[in-house]
Amino acid sequence: MALKFSKRRRGALLTHLILSVAVLLIASPLLFALIKATQAGAQVVGPSLAVGRHFLDNARVAWEGAGLGQYMVNSAIVAVCVTFGKTVLSLLAALAFVYFRFPLKSLLFAAVLFTLALPTELLVVALFDLVSGGLHWGNSYAAIIVPFLASATGTLLFRQHFMNIPASLSDAARIDGAGPLTFLSRILIPMSWNTIGALAVIQFVSAWDQYLWPLIIMQSEGKQVIQVGLSKLIDTEGQSSWGVVMAGAILAIVPPMVVFTALQEQFSKGFALGQDK
Amino acid sequence: MSLVQPTRKPAKNAATDSPQHAGASHAVFRGRWLPWLLLLPSLIVLAVFSYYPALSTLRLSVFRANIVIGNEQFVGVENFVTLLRSPVYHQVILQTLVFMALVVSLGLIIALGLAWLASKPIAGAKFYRLMLIYPYALSPAIAGTLWLFLFNPEVGAVNALLGNLFDLKPRWLDNPVLAFGLVVAATVWKGLGYNIVFYLAAIQTVPKELTEAAEIDGANGWQSFWRVVFPLLSPMTFFLVFTNIVSALFDSFGLVDILTRGGPVYGQTGITTFLMYQLYQDGFRNFRSGAAASQAVLMLMLVVCIVVLQFRYGNRKVHYGA
Repeated sequence: MALKFSKRRRGALLTHLILSVAVLLIASPLLFALIKATQAGAQVVGPSLAVGRHFLDNARVAWEGAGLGQYMVNSAIVAVCVTFGKTVLSLLAALAFVYFRFPLKSLLFAAVLFTLALPTELLVVALFDLVSGGLHWGNSYAAIIVPFLASATGTLLFRQHFMNIPASLSDAARIDGAGPLTFLSRILIPMSWNTIGALAVIQFVSAWDQYLWPLIIMQSEGKQVIQVGLSKLIDTEGQSSWGVVMAGAILAIVPPMVVFTALQEQFSKGFALGQDK
Repeated sequence: MSLVQPTRKPAKNAATDSPQHAGASHAVFRGRWLPWLLLLPSLIVLAVFSYYPALSTLRLSVFRANIVIGNEQFVGVENFVTLLRSPVYHQVILQTLVFMALVVSLGLIIALGLAWLASKPIAGAKFYRLMLIYPYALSPAIAGTLWLFLFNPEVGAVNALLGNLFDLKPRWLDNPVLAFGLVVAATVWKGLGYNIVFYLAAIQTVPKELTEAAEIDGANGWQSFWRVVFPLLSPMTFFLVFTNIVSALFDSFGLVDILTRGGPVYGQTGITTFLMYQLYQDGFRNFRSGAAASQAVLMLMLVVCIVVLQFRYGNRKVHYGA
């Protein structure tokens, strides 16, 4: 018994050891960036890992001098609009797919599903031609918002979730004379907060992380997004001041990190939900 | 139902289909136009910004074109013939496949191992889990930025350390092998949060009785993991293999663009020039729109193969035990 106990403790110790090393390794690039973001001058490019006092100075140079503040605001506008739009549009689409009968339903569903195989990256050449040449959106937020408003992922996720809600609820709602939109807002949405939260995290992070498409399409410097702004920051400050670049990178991580932390509960539950047997 | 995600859009996992619900009829509301009205916004956006560009890409692929100037000339399959005969493109395909294989295998093995350890009932497990999944919030561009500085040969922390300890100062981004390894490592690192989130969720659904029963039957921790838990996680592994392949194909662009810009040159071309970077170069640096479109068509065929494979085998070959 004593032998077994010590064996188990050794196992737990090993687990702790491996996990601590892994956590440290995974965090090290970020920790390094955080430390360097607080240093200035020669200290930044030296081996010193002492925490300095220059974070606010570095952040200010990045935010005001290099225009990162404007890029962050632009990215926030885009990410919020895309997240909100995707959520609303996929809720409506899922409502139609689950609670209505209409001709061509399965064909339309397949058409929505197939767009999963058509990521923006594959379509950039033609999409550039359409959005810049055809629609003349090259100087507008619309170019980096509107193409992303529909979501096959969201439609699928909500459809799956609605199907797991007992049919008796919708029957009852209909008998009580509630229309589909009342049913959506009074019953379905309150029952779907975890799914909505999980989806919001995914969509906010993916909208915030956009790089290739804004790089190609956005002509107006004042409306560029943060990820592209970061690469411009490297071009301007990368030789002289890595402390500023690191401060900029840290600032750029903050919003998705905040959203992720705030909705972490819903995020885990939203996914666990679908796994009920 | 398992579903392949395009880049950066995680979704429900592979194990979530519920066939018992799929047949259940929920269709209760009447209205001839209302369902169409509800679907209309999504359908318009998808038609205009997915299907129309997809068709234009198909059309462009048989033209020699420059969309910026606006000229085009029909050339039939010439773009495809040129591509498939080009030694440069051969190398790009090959290195993309090697990159994908490394990122997927390393990424999933590490994520599965860590998720398994962090699901054990140990003190501080919740803290470990949080610390393991927050890299999910990292973007490819940010990952590229951090690693660019970390591995800077003169002022980077890694070389400062190696220089002090072993008097070594490798030129990470100039040496083809090191640069390739660096891009693989950065991609794996960036993807860990995502993979661990999904493995953690899947591990939580494995019934405790099963592993307990295995232990009573004399299995050690390693055996109960490989014989009991791993097979039960196969739908999730399957899903993650595909999402990771797709993300290695498309997501890697931002990281490569910032970290290596496709270089350094090895053989015919830059060793970290992967399919997506090549497409970007041809489409938006050299303005060979037709050539870029034909590359997109080839990649689309690859993605469709992946999706078809997933739908065929994702549902059948792997499943939760009996």
